[in-house]
Amino acid sequence: MTKKLKPKKGNVNVVKEIKNLANHVYNKILRNKSPILKSPLRSLSNVKYDPKQGYFELLGKMKERALTATTVKTFAQTLRMMGLSKNLIETKDIATKRDAYYQSKNWGDARFKEQTESDTVMDDIEAMMMVNREQIGFIPGEHGGAVAGKLIVIDKDPNTKKTLKIDCSKMGSGAYSVPSSVEHLKFETKAKFVLAIETQGMFDRLLRHSFWKKNNCILIAMGGVPTRACRRFIRKISDEKKIPVYVFTDGDPYGYLNIYRTLKVGSGNAAHINQYFCVPRAKFIGVTPEDIEKYKLPTHPLKDVDIKRVKNGLKNDPFVHHYKEWQKALTKMVRMKVRCEQQAFSAHSLNYVIDTYLPQKLKNPKSWLP
Amino acid sequence: MAKKSKKFETKAHEMAAMQKEISIAEFFEKNRHLLGFDNKRKALMTTVKEGVDNSIDACEEAKILPEILVEIIDMGGDRFKVIIEDNGPGILKKTIPKIFAKLLYGSKFHRLRMSRGQQGIGISASVMYGQLTTGRAAKITSKIHPNKPAHYYELGIDTSSNKPHILKENEINWKKDHGTRVEIDLEGSYLGGSQSIDQYLKQTAITNPHVTIIYTNPKAQQLIFPRATEQLPRESKEIKPHPYGVELGVLIKMISNTDSRTIQSFLSKDFSRVGSGTAKEICKNAAILPNTKPRDMTREMSEKLMKGIQQTRIINPPTDCLSPIGEELLEKGLRKEINAEFYCAASRPPNVYRGNPFQMEVAIAYGGEQRGDKSINVYRYANKVPLLYQQGACASFKAITQTNWRPYGLSQSQGSLPIGPCTVVVHMASVWVPFTSESKEAIAHYPEIIKEMKLALQECGRKLSSYIHKKKRIHAESQKRSYIEKYIPHVALGLKELLDLKKADELKIREKLKGLLEQKRGKLKKIGEIINPEYDEEFAKIGKIVEKEIEEKKEEEKLEEKKRTFEKQEIKPQKTLGEFKKKKNKNKSKHNKHKRKNKRKR
Repeated sequence: MTKKLKPKKGNVNVVKEIKNLANHVYNKILRNKSPILKSPLRSLSNVKYDPKQGYFELLGKMKERALTATTVKTFAQTLRMMGLSKNLIETKDIATKRDAYYQSKNWGDARFKEQTESDTVMDDIEAMMMVNREQIGFIPGEHGGAVAGKLIVIDKDPNTKKTLKIDCSKMGSGAYSVPSSVEHLKFETKAKFVLAIETQGMFDRLLRHSFWKKNNCILIAMGGVPTRACRRFIRKISDEKKIPVYVFTDGDPYGYLNIYRTLKVGSGNAAHINQYFCVPRAKFIGVTPEDIEKYKLPTHPLKDVDIKRVKNGLKNDPFVHHYKEWQKALTKMVRMKVRCEQQAFSAHSLNYVIDTYLPQKLKNPKSWLP
Repeated sequence: MAKKSKKFETKAHEMAAMQKEISIAEFFEKNRHLLGFDNKRKALMTTVKEGVDNSIDACEEAKILPEILVEIIDMGGDRFKVIIEDNGPGILKKTIPKIFAKLLYGSKFHRLRMSRGQQGIGISASVMYGQLTTGRAAKITSKIHPNKPAHYYELGIDTSSNKPHILKENEINWKKDHGTRVEIDLEGSYLGGSQSIDQYLKQTAITNPHVTIIYTNPKAQQLIFPRATEQLPRESKEIKPHPYGVELGVLIKMISNTDSRTIQSFLSKDFSRVGSGTAKEICKNAAILPNTKPRDMTREMSEKLMKGIQQTRIINPPTDCLSPIGEELLEKGLRKEINAEFYCAASRPPNVYRGNPFQMEVAIAYGGEQRGDKSINVYRYANKVPLLYQQGACASFKAITQTNWRPYGLSQSQGSLPIGPCTVVVHMASVWVPFTSESKEAIAHYPEIIKEMKLALQECGRKLSSYIHKKKRIHAESQKRSYIEKYIPHVALGLKELLDLKKADELKIREKLKGLLEQKRGKLKKIGEIINPEYDEEFAKIGKIVEKEIEEKKEEEKLEEKKRTFEKQEIKPQKTLGEFKKKKNKNKSKHNKHKRKNKRKR
């Protein structure tokens, strides 16, 4: 039996948690023992997929950080970052990842050289305490995604605290932008499904031709790999309104393994919070390798990185391991040696995707991938 | 008849009239560079060197602890008086003129024994050089016993006949019990630096700790190198030639000179390492009857004998004829001279080239106060005599450049000296050191010698490499530690922030963490420190041009140059004024006086 780590949710006393961790380290030092900070190993090798749960669950592998030449710097940085986080929570302030990076510039030798370093340390602290970034006072700097269609988002005015109703069907040719924190949002909708789209270009086409009106749905542009906020946003709609989520990406390994897989079951890197930041109800409608043949789509040759990604997925990804359909599809793609973009349908006619492809696919669940 | 003979006079006759014998003195008079008198600076150096070498040789042979007085007096106009006085056994009255005023006269040439001098040229060449450049005679005083009078000579050389020319001789009173004093006036130039007399005497003192040298330089500064030991070095024995080393001509000469009645006894008596058994074997291999009489030997038979020798296995010559400096002493000398972190020395077992036994010794001083961005320093010795000139032509140079120093931790580009904070001492001890010229500055490139040198260098190199690598390892470890230590305060500060600790607690954390580090990684070994109580700063300074002095010199030169350009500028306009030529001359002298005053002021 592997030990399962359950993430903490809601009103965990994060400050207390931080202090506990710090006390642990402090006591070890006082007892002349080498202090160690443990956090779950955040990688695909430390997650398992259980379709009943519907997301990547963390296994028990831990990463240890002791005082050696290679880790002492990060050890010190982790402690100082925890201090920053404690400070933020106590003063009810927030900082973006970039803010945190700049804060570290006051730490002398312990400062971060690149933001990627500070991001990793931040993710480690999250994982160590099994909480979400927002709970330790940090917010992502990135936007969540664009939303249009039959959805009313209920938010509050940040100053007056008055309830605001945002109608995503009245955005005209624009779209509602998912905020970085979505926990407080509520929804009203009568849509039948959510269509999550990889590219902004495809989203714009569907929006222009009011695809959501004809099909009674909500359109969301993810813009590549969906951010945590975007994942949580889609999850909340699908959970609260009990509606299915369909995903439409490019027909390439990145679209399958990075975008769709992350949306549906979460990622290895954020394994400690996958439970809340994934959409188990999501289904993949296209573009599948079969579609490439069936619709005679123009293609590009697979790059070496694509093939590597597929091979790595087939070998290491617990999600792929679980679904024979995906294994088949990926092997087929490698055999075909081609990939294809969402917008390739324009080869037939500009609105082919709206008039022919999507209606056909939506009607035929057998052509989907799990 | 006379007319007839004149008629028959050919070009050959004419040329024959001009052909005559050349005396060795004349030869060296013209080719004095062969003896180390190429320039004034070197001439002074060579004279001192020859005198000191002779003195030490003589004392050692007579088993007297040498006490040598060297004095150089600047007489102005590039003339110097060199005085060398020793407490040696003295020289018999009748041989004094020959020793000092006849080239190629001496005791050492025909003997196979390790000594400083070899040919019997050195001191007489100095006398000749002095005579040539100053026209003055050399003044020699020598006394052989307290009860006997001292003999005083003033000598010159008749170069056309290579015979001493006695200008003055008498008996005088000399306080010394015994000893010899040489006084030579010569043209020279005295400079400091690595090729100076000071340096030479210092290096001599290092390798000859039984010698006391009292040296007064031209600046009238007295330097005393007191002896460090009362013990004379092991006496080097004279040996007979080894059969492998003789050439045919020498063999024929030896056969004609021998007193032995048979070839067998000639072989066993006149050669080393040849017993009657070996002698018989040689004869057998040469197909010559062992009882052949030497006088019956023909040239062909000698050649056969030569081949016989080469076909016979003869053990290497005895090595008690060698008196090496010894690893300990070599290292000690280096310690005195150089403040380094690491010293090592290696002594090879004796070996043979052309039948001559020889032995290589090498020592290395690494790191410390030496500069790391320059080629290594090389100190060369042959039979305990420092070699200061022609480093590039020396076998030791070739051996060092052919050794690959990179694995030992020094950088080196192909075919050149390695670069690093390092000094290498190479000493060759041999009954016959093969020099490239009579000035005895560089050892000839015999493959056997270079091979032995390389082996000795490699032996030292291996010790050096283990030190350098250890140092690197410890350095890396200390860097790791200092890296960890760098972040310890941040860990403490982080905890202080998190737990609202007091300053005292923060400091406590720091201390505990440092303790932990020590506990985990062990004590850091110290390396690279200079622990050298034997270092003698005053001693090390001798013969080195201090950087300050160089700078001062440069500044002086600059000033002079400025003055020169200044003068030119001043003089030029005067030249154009032809009318004032007469006045100008007067003015000039005044002007110059004025300038001199200015100089002094400056």
